[in-house]
Amino acid sequence: MEENKEALLDILKELHPDVDFESETNLIGDKVLDSFDIVSLVTEIGDEFDVEIGASDLLPENFNTVDAMLKLIEKKQNDED
Amino acid sequence: MLFTSYEFLLFLLIVFVIYYLIPSKWQWAFLLVASYVFYAIASPLYLIFISVTGVTVYLAAVLMEDKSNKNAQYFKSVKASLTREERKALKSRQKRKVRNIFLASLLLNLGILAVLKYANFTIVNINAMLRTFGSNARLGRVDLILPMGISFYTFQAVSYLIDVYNGRVKAQRNPFRLMLFVSFFPQLVQGPISRYGDLSQTLYGPHKADKKNITFGLQRILWGFFKKLVIADRILPGVKAIIAHPGKYDGEFAFIGMLFYALELYADFTGGIDITIGTAEVLGIRVQENFIRPYFSKSIKEYWKRWHISMGNWFTDYVFYPLSVSHALQKLGRWSRKHLGNAVGKRVPVYLASFLVWLATGIWHGAAWNFVAWGLGNFVIIMISQELEPLYLKFHESTHVEGKSWWKAIQILRTFLIMSCLRMFDCYRDVPLTFKMFGSMFTDFHITDLNASNFLSLGLGGFDYLVLAIAVILLFSVSMIQRSGSVREKIAARPYPVQCLIWAGLFLAVILLGAYSVGYDASQFIYNQF
Repeated sequence: MEENKEALLDILKELHPDVDFESETNLIGDKVLDSFDIVSLVTEIGDEFDVEIGASDLLPENFNTVDAMLKLIEKKQNDED
Repeated sequence: MLFTSYEFLLFLLIVFVIYYLIPSKWQWAFLLVASYVFYAIASPLYLIFISVTGVTVYLAAVLMEDKSNKNAQYFKSVKASLTREERKALKSRQKRKVRNIFLASLLLNLGILAVLKYANFTIVNINAMLRTFGSNARLGRVDLILPMGISFYTFQAVSYLIDVYNGRVKAQRNPFRLMLFVSFFPQLVQGPISRYGDLSQTLYGPHKADKKNITFGLQRILWGFFKKLVIADRILPGVKAIIAHPGKYDGEFAFIGMLFYALELYADFTGGIDITIGTAEVLGIRVQENFIRPYFSKSIKEYWKRWHISMGNWFTDYVFYPLSVSHALQKLGRWSRKHLGNAVGKRVPVYLASFLVWLATGIWHGAAWNFVAWGLGNFVIIMISQELEPLYLKFHESTHVEGKSWWKAIQILRTFLIMSCLRMFDCYRDVPLTFKMFGSMFTDFHITDLNASNFLSLGLGGFDYLVLAIAVILLFSVSMIQRSGSVREKIAARPYPVQCLIWAGLFLAVILLGAYSVGYDASQFIYNQF
């Protein structure tokens, strides 16, 4: 979990170095992450965690917080395991 | 059967009465019969096409779900004995089998739509290319029928198929219920494109006759007739005159034509949707809204969230996102970020997906280059506004104009004018002519020519303009009141005589001012043709 979190934060920081992602609770609603970011994020997460995030996972509730993204990653990892 | 025909009113009356007289468990089955009768009146041949779509989508969804369930059970039973790599390989094999069923049904249904709607467009363009390259060979045009509303019901059926494939909804096990979802008559003509997850909640009932549903539904139908007959059809001769004589009506009258068409299309399309949603409401069925005061939008992006909402959502959910995260575009994204840097590179897959979505949206509206140009025009403007967003933000921060009423009015006017300009592709149906007319608005605009005799030469009399002016004020006022909640609820809260006066007034307006008196034909809805 912690390892995943650190790797995810690295990806997010690379996208937006100026954002404190851990304290954000509404990344999509507050437009911190736009559609460009989400598409890049899906690729990065796929590469880093060896999971496949599909179009049906692209819901605001899956990307609004770091924890929600981690949950999605873990769900995907478990699905495939 | 047009919504604006006596036959339709009679049909509605019969459906409403029988629907509430029969046992409620049979209501949905009766609606299926009514929908098929409605469609058969247009042409019995159409029934074959809509039935093929209904049956194939039904079968594919059930097969996919059964296969997925079996796959999951098998996976669970062998999971412990496999390595991670083996488990992944098994999942992938299982997924492929379900995907094959999905793709077969998807391609069949989109294929029917593509052949019926786009075969001749393709043939004409192939012939043009052959001519360009000096060949004398020509392909003959094919004589195909185009079932009414095929784009709408195909998209609705496909959305169900994709939702079942993605596990968002459960497959409907009763084929007739699924056929009703595909063919529900109020939305057959011009949408909206409902989602199974939404419509199925109320489509199958049972429904008791509810006074509020029935009165509110009838009121909504009446309002739809007002928009269609009093506004859209009354202004139609003016729009037609301007479009038919571009040499005579250019410059300032190209601008007037653009405004007239904005009003006609809005009144026509939203009026039709009011009749659809109102009809469903009388039946106790909830159809999602397709418009939320789109001409009050402050940006193009916002406009597309408020105009033809069901189509926009369809393209976003079923084309834009799947394309954006597809393997091919992800690969492209990786490459572009590596070679072009993060800022530019991350835009490449999204812009490409947007481009394809707007191309598809344009072609969906019609098999013609003007619709392609219209779609790509939208793409270009949305991308420009996306890129300029940081500038807007800086401008808003430094000037503090954001939130001020006059600034909002400017933003609304700007958005309205941009969208109206784009719609000129739809008006003239000829790309070079559209550019010419657009240009003439700037180079040949003579304000003094906007005089009474020129306006009266458009085939509209002084009385028409008076009716239109009052109707537009009413339309605008209703939209303003709507911002704080349902207008019908507000009217219902008034004393009974006031309510009667309002609705009787609207009824009389439709009867007396509807454009079906001498010299008028109640016209087909614009969106019928899609």
